Amino acid sequence: MNWQPNKHLHTFHGGIHPPENKQQSTRAAIETTLLPSKLILPLQQHIGQQAKTLVQVGDQVLKGQMIAEPNGYVSAAVHAPTSGTVTAIEAHALPHPSGLSEQCIIIEPDGKDEWTQLTPVVDYQQLAKADLLQHISDAGITGLGGAGFPTAVKLNPSEDLPINTLILNAAECEPYITADDMLMREHAAEVITGLQIMAHILQPEKCLIGIEVNKPEAIAALQHAVDELQLTELITIERIPVKYPSGGEKQLIQILTGMEVPNGGIPADIGMVCHNVGTAVAVSRAIIKGEPLISRITTITGEAVSRQGNIEVLLGTPIDTLLAHFGVKQDKLHRLVMGGPMMGFTLDDVSLPVVKATNCILAATRKELPDPAPEQACIRCGMCAEACPASLLPQQLYWFSKSREFDKALSHNLLDCIECGACSYVCPSNIPLVQYYRFAKGEIRIEEHERTASDHARQRFEARTARLEQEEAEKEAKRQARAEAAAAAKKAKEAASDSNDDKAIDPKAAVVQAALERAKARKAKKAAETATGEVADDTPSKQPAVDKDTPKLSAVERAKARKAARAAEQGNEQTTDKAAKKGGLSALEKAKAKRAQQADGSKPSEQPESSSKAEKKGPSALERAKAKRAAEGEQLTNSDTAAVDNTEPAKAMSALEKAKAKRAAQSSDAESTAAAAAPVSALERAKAKRAEQAQQSPSEPAAEEKKQLSALERAKLKRAQAADNEASVETSAASTTDRPDSADKKPMSALERAKAKRAEQAMQDAAEDSAADTENRD
Amino acid sequence: MSLLRVSSPHMTRPGNTGDVMLLVIMATLPGLAMLTWFFGWGTFINILWASLVAIGCEALIVALRGRPVRHYLRDYSAILTAVLLGLSLPPLAPWWLTLIAVSFAIIVAKHLYGGIGQNPFNPAMVGYALVLIAFPVEMTSWLAPQTLSITPGQSMGFIDALFAIFPFLSKISLSVSVETFDAVTMATPLDAFKHKGALTAEEFWSTELIVSTVSWKAWQLVSIGFLVGGIYLIYRKIFTWHIPVSMLAALGIMSLIFWSTDPSNYAYPELHLLGGATMLGAFFIATDPVTAATSIKGKLYYGAGIGILVYLIRNWGNYPDAIAFAVLLMNFVAPLIDHYTQPRTYGHKSTK
Ligand code: SF4
Ligand code: SF4
Repeated sequence: MNWQPNKHLHTFHGGIHPPENKQQSTRAAIETTLLPSKLILPLQQHIGQQAKTLVQVGDQVLKGQMIAEPNGYVSAAVHAPTSGTVTAIEAHALPHPSGLSEQCIIIEPDGKDEWTQLTPVVDYQQLAKADLLQHISDAGITGLGGAGFPTAVKLNPSEDLPINTLILNAAECEPYITADDMLMREHAAEVITGLQIMAHILQPEKCLIGIEVNKPEAIAALQHAVDELQLTELITIERIPVKYPSGGEKQLIQILTGMEVPNGGIPADIGMVCHNVGTAVAVSRAIIKGEPLISRITTITGEAVSRQGNIEVLLGTPIDTLLAHFGVKQDKLHRLVMGGPMMGFTLDDVSLPVVKATNCILAATRKELPDPAPEQACIRCGMCAEACPASLLPQQLYWFSKSREFDKALSHNLLDCIECGACSYVCPSNIPLVQYYRFAKGEIRIEEHERTASDHARQRFEARTARLEQEEAEKEAKRQARAEAAAAAKKAKEAASDSNDDKAIDPKAAVVQAALERAKARKAKKAAETATGEVADDTPSKQPAVDKDTPKLSAVERAKARKAARAAEQGNEQTTDKAAKKGGLSALEKAKAKRAQQADGSKPSEQPESSSKAEKKGPSALERAKAKRAAEGEQLTNSDTAAVDNTEPAKAMSALEKAKAKRAAQSSDAESTAAAAAPVSALERAKAKRAEQAQQSPSEPAAEEKKQLSALERAKLKRAQAADNEASVETSAASTTDRPDSADKKPMSALERAKAKRAEQAMQDAAEDSAADTENRD
Repeated sequence: MSLLRVSSPHMTRPGNTGDVMLLVIMATLPGLAMLTWFFGWGTFINILWASLVAIGCEALIVALRGRPVRHYLRDYSAILTAVLLGLSLPPLAPWWLTLIAVSFAIIVAKHLYGGIGQNPFNPAMVGYALVLIAFPVEMTSWLAPQTLSITPGQSMGFIDALFAIFPFLSKISLSVSVETFDAVTMATPLDAFKHKGALTAEEFWSTELIVSTVSWKAWQLVSIGFLVGGIYLIYRKIFTWHIPVSMLAALGIMSLIFWSTDPSNYAYPELHLLGGATMLGAFFIATDPVTAATSIKGKLYYGAGIGILVYLIRNWGNYPDAIAFAVLLMNFVAPLIDHYTQPRTYGHKSTK
């Protein structure tokens, strides 16, 4: 059977035709029988906030049991892939370009493979959209195409963006990878059912399945399934030409519809949502069978394994187990790539686990993927520009990145680069162009950070000045309030002493007196309250009452969360970095704007000092990071000039990338910080969460930034405490001068309450500051 | 087991810059063959000599700059420059003329600007322009096509050409005496046409019979040789069609307009397209990627600019052929063109 591409399709600019190397791994059916002796389940296998552990070391878990729950909106649950014992919860290296370590739950299987109680949905058509999304979210499903964005979030675009086209990405354009191909061949019905469920949720006008014509069996199987389920009205299978990177989300959308995702936007902006076929199967299983995402199909290929094929592998399976299963030839293995040869990243540790996004393990020999050839000078031949699917001018970007003219790189839309590698692939001078872009993006992010940091400092200074002025006014008002309160108290006292005399004699009078007292007290309280109220009104940047503010805050936070989710989703489209940066920034701006709004007078004067201290610490850490980067940049440039030996630049690059990826990872953390706070409407909960995050963040890996952060946070905490202290000190001072007795206790307590409220606010601000700073760190 | 840690992509298309340059050099062969066929071994010897000089200069400068010499020589860019110069210079250009042109091209036009990839001006054309300005006489005397040689004895062999280019060699050689050989030199058809004086075109063609028949034919075939090579390079995707086509189109349209308004004073388009170095320029010189515009639209403007300038200079300038100056002038504005012709990036509304 040989299919031709559909005629009515569109095309995208550029693209390349690297050798496909797909036949090797499609000869055998998908294997299913591999139970490793240990499973390593990272809490962070997705874009967004790290999941929250639900189990403890020593716990027995059942297959499919949730062992970590999503922490916030943009997050994903983790489930036990088989029954067994939790033997450890510890940091373990992750399969990530950075080689980062993150918390992982380690499970030792008991071999029984015993399922937990599953809750399949009997008739999903009857279920509300929100419930279906909850099911999908509970199943821990993330995009299985590679980026790993939580699927439930992507299936829930904001209401003002109606979805008219649901696209299933079955292009699988990367060489070597056949996981989706085999999945479609063997599980076509599940693919279609999953698509149907997603269509039920999103209610699009049509569903398109974009599949490259080099997968005739898969096309036939899908077509069969569509016919069988009588969905030809809804679902169209579009056969697209073979061209890398047609499986890029933006490119696929362009091929299928001729439309482009607007710059800085997401597909939902043009009424589209794009999911991977693997994700569709996961959704189908979650809804129809109630099974969470505990395994995935991964291609094991390359000449360094004796058997090449696909395997449905339990998540968390160590890669060495997998390689051994496929008969790895250790002496031949030269480059181990997770993902495809165009966009995958190398692993230097075979103990890393398979995660949700692991679609391929390419164990290549030196002959298969030769070491990079020495870099030569760019001859501006323009082949890269011909190949670029984003219609960029890679040679110019390279030039600007190399000469550190980042503003020019930005004006040439560096941030629209999807890092597909097509330009590097065609470059006759063997320039690792994508590496230069990653370097430049990292640098730009740092510069951005510095700029916002100095903005921050200025803002703080202004806020401080305002605060001091306000404090003066406040003190004055307080004095007045106190005087009034004292006067009131005196009256009350007199009244009390009067009544005391009569008390024993006339109980009736005592009751009257008590009522009177209460009324007076109420009056005094009112006086005190208006006094503080006046203070608040005097200042332009007044501190709104906490309760009143709650709905507004939660709305803001919701918006923020959505924005962060959006930004994170953008990251889904291959450029995690870019989106992370954008997301980080916009969230940051939000936070900043919010802070400006809230530049409140209630913070004690110690605060700005301590914060500026903290800031002083911040930049120095930053400076160090910058210096390091500069050194790396230097190396980068040198690597080109002394281009004969390429191992040196490669090393420099990987170090560079490590640093960069770390930052990217953190920035995505930061995003989710904002995101996590989202659905929380009550302030208390937001606060609690933030405190939690504050606790969590010190456990983050980058030592330098960690230090900076914890210093900052310490300062913030101190500040919050100071605010607290001052409030109580003032209260007690007030109490002592005013001689507390029964009557004036009430006004005092009102004052106290106001103070407490303010302290609380200060605390919250501090927490928010630290949240903002967390965002800042990217 | 030590696993390699590198960044994606992990696959690249085989080949390197040297392969590209070699392919371009190979593609000049049909044109070179035609030149050799009609004008003797002069050009061939020129190219060899120019290449030697180029390699020497390149090695010297690269060594002086403290860079790995072999690595840089392997990109063949110096040799390509030499080849292009050798093809442009008159077949019997004296050895020192080539030496000056090539060393100036490599040392000044290429390396003083930072080496390969960073030179704003096409090195071969800078070298050519230099000797054209400094030695106009040597530069404008093209050999008459060999078929013109009336007596067989005057036919110019390899040795003759060698001695003509390196006269001092004949002194140490005991064989043929160069004095017996008097090379027939004449202007190129374009040059001849330009210096036709008060003659109308019709009169020119009837009086300059030699030019109009044999010489013209020789030049046509040489041009077709370069055209074939150029098309091959486009087929091999070494460069795109945009620059050559827009340049030839602009030149053709310009000459068509002027020729149709005043055929007795302006040469017909064919003479412009196939006479002189037009094809060599369009496919091998204007397409030099380092100094050309980069985007598709930019390339179209760039090529058209060259075509128009060539026509203007040929008609109203002081030099018979104008490729070098036209290319250099457009090199000058290429960055500007680039700036204004950025392609529209995916997802962006329009170019900035
Ligand atoms: S492909 Fe390589 S050599 Fe050619 S222009 Fe692009 S970066 Fe330069
Ligand atoms: S990596 Fe970036 S610049 Fe290179 S081809 Fe892909 S999108 Fe274009």
